[in-house]
Amino acid sequence: MIDSVIDFLAPYTFLIVGAVKAVIIAIGLLSSVPLLVWLERRLMGRFQVRLGPNRVGPFGLGQPFADSLKLLFKESIVQNSADKFLFYLAPAVVVFTAIVTFSLIPFGKPFEIFDQKIGMWVANVNVGILFVFAISSMGIYGIVLAGLSSNNKYSLMGGLRSSAQMISYELTLGLAALGVIMITGSLNLQEIVDAQKTVPNILLQPLAFVLFYIAGVAETNRAPFDLPEAEQELVAGFHTEYSGMKFAMFFMGEYINMITMSALITLLFLGGWHSYIIPVPDLLFIGPLLVFSVKVFILLCILIWLRSTFPRIRYDRLMTFGWKILVPLAMLNLMVTSVFIVIF
Amino acid sequence: MELLIFYPIAALAVVLALFVVFNKSPIGSAVSLIGLMLCLAGVFIGLSAHFVAILQVIIYAGAIMVLFMFVIMLLNLKDDDNVIWKSREGNTLLTVLTGFLVLGILYKIISITLSADSSKPAKIMESFGTTAEVGKSLFTTYVLPFEVASILLLVAMVGALVLAKTKID
Amino acid sequence: MIPAPIVDLVSLSPVIVLSLFAMGVLILDLFIGKDKTVLVFLSLLGLFLAAVSSLAKGTGPIYSFSNSYVVDTFSIFLTFVFAISSALAIMLSVSYNKEQGIKIGEYYSIILFCTVGMIVLASSADLIMIFLGIEIVSISLYILAGIRRTEKRSNEAALKYFLLGAFASGFLLYGMALVYGATGTTHLKDIASVLASSEFKTSPILLMGVVLLVVGFGFKVASVPFHMWAPDVYQGSATPVTAFMSVGPKAAVFAAFFRIFVEGIPNISDYWDTILCIVAVITMFVGNLGAIIQDNMKRLLAYSSISHAGYILVALIAKNSLGMSSLLFYMLAYAFMSFGAFAIIIILDKQNGDNLEVKDYAGLGFKHPVIAVCMSIFLLSLGGLPPFAGFVGKFYIFSAAVKEGYITLVVLGVLNSAISFYYYLRVIVYMYMKEPEGDYQVQPSLAPFSLLVIGIAVFGTIELGIFPGPVISWTMN
Repeated sequence: MIDSVIDFLAPYTFLIVGAVKAVIIAIGLLSSVPLLVWLERRLMGRFQVRLGPNRVGPFGLGQPFADSLKLLFKESIVQNSADKFLFYLAPAVVVFTAIVTFSLIPFGKPFEIFDQKIGMWVANVNVGILFVFAISSMGIYGIVLAGLSSNNKYSLMGGLRSSAQMISYELTLGLAALGVIMITGSLNLQEIVDAQKTVPNILLQPLAFVLFYIAGVAETNRAPFDLPEAEQELVAGFHTEYSGMKFAMFFMGEYINMITMSALITLLFLGGWHSYIIPVPDLLFIGPLLVFSVKVFILLCILIWLRSTFPRIRYDRLMTFGWKILVPLAMLNLMVTSVFIVIF
Repeated sequence: MELLIFYPIAALAVVLALFVVFNKSPIGSAVSLIGLMLCLAGVFIGLSAHFVAILQVIIYAGAIMVLFMFVIMLLNLKDDDNVIWKSREGNTLLTVLTGFLVLGILYKIISITLSADSSKPAKIMESFGTTAEVGKSLFTTYVLPFEVASILLLVAMVGALVLAKTKID
Repeated sequence: MIPAPIVDLVSLSPVIVLSLFAMGVLILDLFIGKDKTVLVFLSLLGLFLAAVSSLAKGTGPIYSFSNSYVVDTFSIFLTFVFAISSALAIMLSVSYNKEQGIKIGEYYSIILFCTVGMIVLASSADLIMIFLGIEIVSISLYILAGIRRTEKRSNEAALKYFLLGAFASGFLLYGMALVYGATGTTHLKDIASVLASSEFKTSPILLMGVVLLVVGFGFKVASVPFHMWAPDVYQGSATPVTAFMSVGPKAAVFAAFFRIFVEGIPNISDYWDTILCIVAVITMFVGNLGAIIQDNMKRLLAYSSISHAGYILVALIAKNSLGMSSLLFYMLAYAFMSFGAFAIIIILDKQNGDNLEVKDYAGLGFKHPVIAVCMSIFLLSLGGLPPFAGFVGKFYIFSAAVKEGYITLVVLGVLNSAISFYYYLRVIVYMYMKEPEGDYQVQPSLAPFSLLVIGIAVFGTIELGIFPGPVISWTMN
């Protein structure tokens, strides 16, 4: 009986494995968002010499869950002047693109279990990194549509700013990543990690790393580049009119993007799941996954650290900085890299 | 199997294209256009031109359409209910004639497409459509068009600045 | 490892030289302040060097860049025509730009870039290259048409030209895509050899592609029924730009037209020459009859330019070697006559540009006899009167067509030449036989560069008319 079921399912194994992986990663990702929020609030508390949330549960761990529940049960207000369809579409686009982008991130070595070779990723696309850029550029539309459909001038300004900002910094992001792609000779994220077995790319491409990090912070709309939602000027920017779960979705999108960006930086520059100083045993998939997670965790902490350290940059300076400093530097990096590749 | 993917995507593309034309609000049209671009990328993937598909998403759906949105936001375009499109006096006959001409051309195109022999699709290489293959042909066979295109882009850029610059000397 | 591409920089030298000069002008413009005279000289030098460097490869057809670029007599001759026409346009612009307050230094570099596009267009043997060339030329022209930014008519011209032109480019590209789909190659030589076998000749996709190509090219050369844009754009643009776009770019597009139809798809000419014959005939008729009712000089010359596109199409339809050489000769002759006529319009033009009506030329023959004589020469040559270049050009075109047996077409062409004399002579009649209304007011602004252009044009028109031998034997190569 069981044998016949297995025989029947055998040709579809890849589908089953893929579906299971997708579900696990989606759930894991979504549930890590509240933890990340908690981490941010606790760390911010430390940075600002206060305690942060500590009343609900041990170390305030219950706080994010309380918040999520509250947001879930809040009334979802849609004002009359809004473009209904687009108003609902916008947060969906944000979360959708964020999760799809993460599905392209490999976070460990492939391992074998029950004669099945299982890769630690949802999708291993040949042009992986381009795909990541493509999907994440779709993510802009979530914010733009939110700004447009709200029919509110603060939202509109926020949407406008964010689209300009993301277009400008996407360029730097791509150009900085090109340096890594050139020395690896592949667009496949897994191959890029494999190429860093001995030396992580951060040592070969230090400038690209810095540029990528800065552009990555700007792409995820994090402080000091959080102009689309600058509270002092724009109330809450593009999500001024959103409330309840739809507001929470924007939040989720932003935090998933933080994780994705940190993971991408880990893959491109920090050697992914390779550990360099301390040898870590494989243990099926736990070792590499642990190394990868630690690296991502450190990067996330740095993101939060940046937020509490730097004041928000002025809008015109943001543009000048992006176009007149980062892009030329990225091109310079590209040229130097190509000269080195030709010579060696 | 491929047709199973192709037909829904193609149908969606046609529907979205109609939306682009018939939608009253410019935002709606733009959003439909984005969807259309994504569908086209899907069609490209079906043709195993993966790299082109990605470029379609990054350049058209990503960059160009964001600029569309940008313009819509800056001009604060609303529904064009108040604008009444009228054809000029005496142009009705011409319009009707043109309409028939277009219908004729469409009929011709459809009949040509239907009569085309699709029983033996062309063979493609294993590496067809990959980034490496596209890059290789760009830098060897098509190196001259590739370089000439850069002049074209330079001219377009200079032109945009010349015509749009607010102050000239 | 990717194999290094085979690069033949010597074949490409005119394009490279001119691109470098164009970029040099662009950069130099930043540093020289308000007086742009240096840019003029630099541009002229660039054009001269480009023309000279085109001779580097000799005259035999030499294919390079995997058969997508070709250097032969056709392309070298046309490179000279482009260099001459661009140089004349730049010289005409010097005083005109000063008077009209066009201070943009990029103007010269865009003309040079446009010339680069034209050279690419005349020398390419590949559909992709032809499309890129057409786009470079068109985009430059859109910009040049709108260069008088404060002028309403100029903006209208640029916008109209851009919208319709982009649409036409779409047709052209679609046509090319279908031809590629039917033949499986973009190289004109390979297309010709694929079509040599009868199997593909009647492929409906190919025929559809050819029709779309006719539409696209028809628009770019302003042949009827795709000519609507021409009078408005010609009238709205700055006059030197009008002169420029009626000569160089048109010649370049005709060159590509010729290459695709005569070198790429001559084997299916049964299908396309009827279409082109019809287009040519109605182009001549609409152009000439339209010109008769015009009172504005620029619009008149715009319609005249449409009718000339019709004559040149006859050379294309003949598709023999005589047709090719007559096309080349006509291009050169047309460059001189057209620039001459526009130069005179420019020097008679007042700052606010209201001396453009035909009646403003009344009495010119007595007040400024030399200018009137020059204008008469250009107009009679455009009409095709014997001692001038226009006659020889038309004669060769028609004899090429007669040789291939297109008698009806030639008869209609000659008839049209006769019609065209009506409106050319009308201007001459105004100049010599009408009294000006009220006081005579036209003050020609005699800038040295403009006079030089008129001198060159008069010389060219008469020289090509009386001693056409050397040029014709060059084109016959």
